[in-house]
Amino acid sequence: MARVIVVTSGKGGVGKTTTSASISSGLALRGYKTAVIDFDVGLRNLDLIMGCERRVVYDLINVVNGEANLHQALIKDKHCENLFILPASQTRDKDALTEEGVEKVLKDLEHMGFDYVVCDSPAGIERGAVMALTFADEAIVVTNPEVSSVRDSDRILGILQSKSRRAIEGREAVKEHLLVTRYSPKRVEDGEMLSYKDVQELLRIPLIGAIPESDDVLQASNQGTPAIHLKDSDVATAYQDVVARFLGEDRPLRFVAYEKPGLLKRLFGGK
Amino acid sequence: MSLLSYFFGSKPKTASVAKERLSLLIAHERSANQPTPDFLPALQRELIEVISKYVNVSADDIKVQLGKRDNYEILEVDITLPEQQPK
Ligand SMILES: Nc1ncnc2c1ncn2[C@@H]1O[C@H](COP(=O)(O)OP(=O)(O)OP(=O)(O)O)[C@@H](O)[C@H]1O
Ligand SMILES: [Mg+2]
Repeated sequence: MARVIVVTSGKGGVGKTTTSASISSGLALRGYKTAVIDFDVGLRNLDLIMGCERRVVYDLINVVNGEANLHQALIKDKHCENLFILPASQTRDKDALTEEGVEKVLKDLEHMGFDYVVCDSPAGIERGAVMALTFADEAIVVTNPEVSSVRDSDRILGILQSKSRRAIEGREAVKEHLLVTRYSPKRVEDGEMLSYKDVQELLRIPLIGAIPESDDVLQASNQGTPAIHLKDSDVATAYQDVVARFLGEDRPLRFVAYEKPGLLKRLFGGK
Repeated sequence: MSLLSYFFGSKPKTASVAKERLSLLIAHERSANQPTPDFLPALQRELIEVISKYVNVSADDIKVQLGKRDNYEILEVDITLPEQQPK
C-alpha cells in the first residue's frame, strides 16, 4: 500500500513546501519510491524548490483531466533516484481538482509501486487544502511558534478529523505529527517565542521534530536544492531526524537548546 | 530593554502571554466547532412529520439546535407556526 502523507498548516508561508521537498527527498534517500505532489493549483512552487521548473510539461490537472498520463507528467528528481515530482497547474483554478480525480491519481501511483506519496497542501482551509488532506493516512502539521500559526493548525486538525476519508468512513484516524519550524532557541530562551513544548501542549498531537530558523533555507531555495541535502547545516540534519522518526527510529531532539555564546564571541561578535 | 532590567532579568515574557491567550482561544474554538450530533437531522425530519399532521409547516419553519448554558446542554426546538388555521 502506498502511504499518503499530507503536509498541511492552515496558515500560509510557514514552511510546508520546504518541508514537503525535504521529507520526500529524505524518504527517497532511504530507498522508498516516493512521489511528491504540489496541490497549490494556480501558485505552483514545489517545482522551484525541487529545482525542476524547466522540466515541467504536464501537471496534476492534466492528469486528472486525462490530458496526460502519470508517466508523462511525473518528473524524475535530479538529486534522488527514487523520487518523482508531480507539479501543480499554473493556469487552471482549484475547481479543476475533483475528489474522484485525485483518488484516481493516488490509485494509479499505488499501482506504479510507489511507497509514499507526499501531498504539499496550499494554505487556507478551502477546497485545495481539503483535497490535499482528503486521502491522507498521515499528516505533518507544520506550525511556526507564533499565535496565528498555532490557531490555524488547530483549525486544520479539526478539518482532518472531520473531512478526511478516514474520518468520514470511520476508519482508524489520520496519524498526526506536529512539526515546529522556524524555531529560534534564543528567542524561546528570552521568553519571546513559544517553545516547542508550549505548541505541543496547545495542539496536543505528537511532536515529530523542530526545524531551526536558518538562512540556509534561502540558500537552498535559491539553488533549487531541497534543504535536507545541504552540507553542514542544522536544517538538513533536523530534517533527516524528522524522516528517521517518521520511519519509527528513535532520535533525540536537536537544535532546540540555546547555547550562550562564549565571552570572546560576545566581545568580538561572531555572526 | 533598559540596562537595569537586563541585569536584574525582569524581561516581559510575551511568550507566556501568547500561550495563555492561545489556550483559551483554542478551547473555545474546539467546543464551537464540535460537529452537531448526528441524531439532529433525523430528529428534525421526524418533528416535521409529526407537526405537519396537525399544522401546515415546512422544513424551514422548524429549527433544532443543541446549545450549552453553564454546565447544561440544551436542546432548542424552534417552530414557527403559520398564521392560517390548523388543517
Ligand atoms: N526553517 C526555516 N528557516 C528560515 N526560513 C524558512 C524556514 N522554513 C521556511 N522558510 C522560509 O519561509 C518562506 C515560506 O516557506 P514555504 O514556501 O516552504 O512555506 P509554505 O507553507 O509552503 O508557503 P505557502 O503557504 O505560500 O505555500 C520561504 O521564504 C522559506 O525560505
Ligand atoms: Mg507552499
